Amino acid sequence: MRREFVDALVGAATEDDRIVLLTGDLGFNALEPFAERFPERFFNVGVAEQNMLGISVGLAEAGFIPYVYSIATFATMRPYEFIRNGPVLHELPIRIVGMGGGLDYGHNGVTHYAVEDIALMRAQPDLTIIAPADGGQTRAALAAAGDLRRPIYVRLERDDTAVPGLGGRFGLGRVVQLGVGLDVLLVAVGSVAHEAVAATELLARDGIEATVAIVSSFNPSPVDDLADLLARIPAVLTIEAHYLDGGLGSFVAEVIAEHRLDCRLVRCGVRRMPRRGGGGRAHLLGDHGLSAQQLAATATRALSFVA
Amino acid sequence: MPALNGASLAAHIRRSTIVTSKRANVGHIGSCLSVADIIAALYGGVVRGEPAEYDRDRFVLSKGHAALALYAALNGVGRLSDADLATFCDDGSELNTHPAHTVAGVDFSTGSLGHGLSIGAGAALAARLQGSSRRVFVLVSDAECNEGAVWEAVMFAAHHRLGNLIAIIDANGQQALGLTTDILDLAPLRRRWEAFGWDASDVDGHDVEAIATILDRTDTRSGPPRVLVARTVFGKGVSFMEGQLAWHYLPLSDHDYERALAEIG
Repeated sequence: MRREFVDALVGAATEDDRIVLLTGDLGFNALEPFAERFPERFFNVGVAEQNMLGISVGLAEAGFIPYVYSIATFATMRPYEFIRNGPVLHELPIRIVGMGGGLDYGHNGVTHYAVEDIALMRAQPDLTIIAPADGGQTRAALAAAGDLRRPIYVRLERDDTAVPGLGGRFGLGRVVQLGVGLDVLLVAVGSVAHEAVAATELLARDGIEATVAIVSSFNPSPVDDLADLLARIPAVLTIEAHYLDGGLGSFVAEVIAEHRLDCRLVRCGVRRMPRRGGGGRAHLLGDHGLSAQQLAATATRALSFVA
Repeated sequence: MPALNGASLAAHIRRSTIVTSKRANVGHIGSCLSVADIIAALYGGVVRGEPAEYDRDRFVLSKGHAALALYAALNGVGRLSDADLATFCDDGSELNTHPAHTVAGVDFSTGSLGHGLSIGAGAALAARLQGSSRRVFVLVSDAECNEGAVWEAVMFAAHHRLGNLIAIIDANGQQALGLTTDILDLAPLRRRWEAFGWDASDVDGHDVEAIATILDRTDTRSGPPRVLVARTVFGKGVSFMEGQLAWHYLPLSDHDYERALAEIG
């Protein structure tokens, strides 16, 4: 996703000289295309995320569109109050770009896992979140949202493979629906959409017809699209490399409750702070019940309670 | 009322602070009196441009709890009406004890210490990128320098030689629960900023003309960022408030109100 993001950003900056890029001393082998093309609009502010957010406010008030870049944990948690009292309070078009959503930084350990970033950012109603599922969607999301006159948090992941069937589609406040099965709905955010799609194939072998709904934006969140699907499908799994509370699972629970739907909800995600046992992506997803096989088994179990 | 400047503006800020805080029954009076002369220097002729002008100088009141002094200054120079100032802390008013950018003449919302210098550094960088000669003034408190983020901004501004960024420290030696020397000693404050690459000078923070003179002669197109360590007295101008921590918090009783007004004149 990161390569597509930087490519899209270079393209946008070619057209719009208000775009500047700030980094908190991260982005090796990633941000160079921008830095080399626009050296006068690229600033490595050093390892100082709070200051980076504050600087972006001064720049944006004067008419610039700052993109500020760091690892997702450092981009969101360290400067959280600066985000709230800066871009959000002042309603400025600042783009906070967090690399490595979820368990992406596997071997780096828990300090690098962004498993509450969506919850934190979603708590700010005037902050838009974009969390693409793959590179094509990243490109489309930047094109669709780049001109929004409000702050945006962009949650990027390392995974570069395309989610089958997604085809680079993105709609702000919409879901992308894959499949038409009416037995169970799998709602996913981020690259774990891969596992959701793979789970539907496993379920199909057992004759269970599933639909995948990929959520890639909050504030605006795809309330109407989901309410429509949840009214027609009796069971839903939410799938996220994120804590259960405050993220996608909470969001879907809110939609079910507020629309008084009968859909049975099972939230799949990170249930505890992953203190012990790092590892690669597949290992970590398995640790948290997010592999395709585990998701398919969970969906089957959920259906057994629906009668 | 003609636009005030210099000492007359400072007197207006002090009187408005007393009258308006009494009417609203709120505190932070000592801080407002501490910065009255600094803000009078800034708004009495140093800060250039009208609020609607894009290329105006920017001002960040990083010690946001002195917002009433800023509102009083805007009132004194004719940018905030008496009627609007009188809504201070009313239900539904945009004029609260910490400043909001939604008020005409206020560039940035503040209130949480340690944010303002970063914002000012970004504003100064923006001016440089746009080839503008506008300047950015940031008023921080001495205790605010407890915040690590202040020093992030200090380093950034020095590294990029943001000569159009001018910080003024309201060095009254007082913080929320006591003296800075007792709680987290900042000394030697000027030398610390110098060590980080700033052009630093001390000034009597209650000498409006001296502050204005230094700020006016600052070359902002080159050189390092500037900081004025303004030596001030918390509660300056009201004898029973001077150096008295309680006036960080207390609203005025009727009795103290009369005494304060009599002293300020």
